[in-house]
Amino acid sequence: MSTHDTHHAEDGHDHGSLRSYATGFILSVILTAIPFGLVMAGGLASRMLTVMIVLGMAVAQIVVHMIYFLHMNTKSEKGWTMISLVFTIVVLVIMLSGSVWVMYHMNANMMPMPQGMTGQS
Amino acid sequence: MSSTVTQTGPRQFHLDHEPHLPEGASTMLGFWIYLMSDCLIFAVLFAVYAVLGHNYAGGPGPKELFDLELVALNTAMLLLSSITYGFAMLEMARRRQTMMLVWLGITGLFGAAFLSIELYEFSHLIHEGATPGRSAFLSSFFALVGTHGLHVTFGIIWLATLMVQVLRTGLTASNTRRLMCLSLFWHFLDVIWIGVFTFVYLMGMI
Repeated sequence: MSTHDTHHAEDGHDHGSLRSYATGFILSVILTAIPFGLVMAGGLASRMLTVMIVLGMAVAQIVVHMIYFLHMNTKSEKGWTMISLVFTIVVLVIMLSGSVWVMYHMNANMMPMPQGMTGQS
Repeated sequence: MSSTVTQTGPRQFHLDHEPHLPEGASTMLGFWIYLMSDCLIFAVLFAVYAVLGHNYAGGPGPKELFDLELVALNTAMLLLSSITYGFAMLEMARRRQTMMLVWLGITGLFGAAFLSIELYEFSHLIHEGATPGRSAFLSSFFALVGTHGLHVTFGIIWLATLMVQVLRTGLTASNTRRLMCLSLFWHFLDVIWIGVFTFVYLMGMI
């Protein structure tokens, strides 16, 4: 993709090429079909392994989309798009892992409620 | 206290001449930062779903409600709309307006198909009694998937508006810029959908 600079517009943005879109599309189809097929077939014997594969495919597909569809690179807008993306990912990871962590521990450390007061059955 | 800082002149609090950037020079970066903030909205909704997603309140869970074949079809619609938007951008780079409009139209149809399938799924769920008020799981499910659907809806409206504008004024510099913003938006929605089908649908069925 980097060798084809013919599609660069005058404003320096990369419109991509047919080849890069096709590559991204085929990779996305593969990375979507595998987890769907896996889960629809009932999953593997190990639940943990199934979860890891599905999550891994999702992360891989997000990276594929970023590179081939959103044309992310370290150079566009003098690197500011990449910096803002990295910042967003940092905030996102703190927020998601923090929420899950705190709420999990809150559930685990809650004082036992008297019978009949529990909301969940 | 002796002044070690020597000031050579009056302090300048503003520039005499505003730096004159060409119109739209910062639009793409600004739009990217908007997308990042949108990303945080979805992150919050994902966090809510992660926390509340198992509180069924005795109601139906993902395994009883979700139909993976429908979700797979939906995913295909959105992925196809992504690649057709890419084709439209390639035609735009070649300045072939008619072909670009054709691909944009196809993109809009795929987007509308995605939305119809999602609305069908929602109405099906509500018909079965799985309303947003049934349990915390369903509240967070409808909030997350509904917000994504709302984004797609506005994306389609934006797409139709831009098609009319291109028909009226042609591929001007500003229309090209707007189409590139929408391109980012559209592909970004597909990225969010990867998170939705993975975390909500696939993980719920494992």
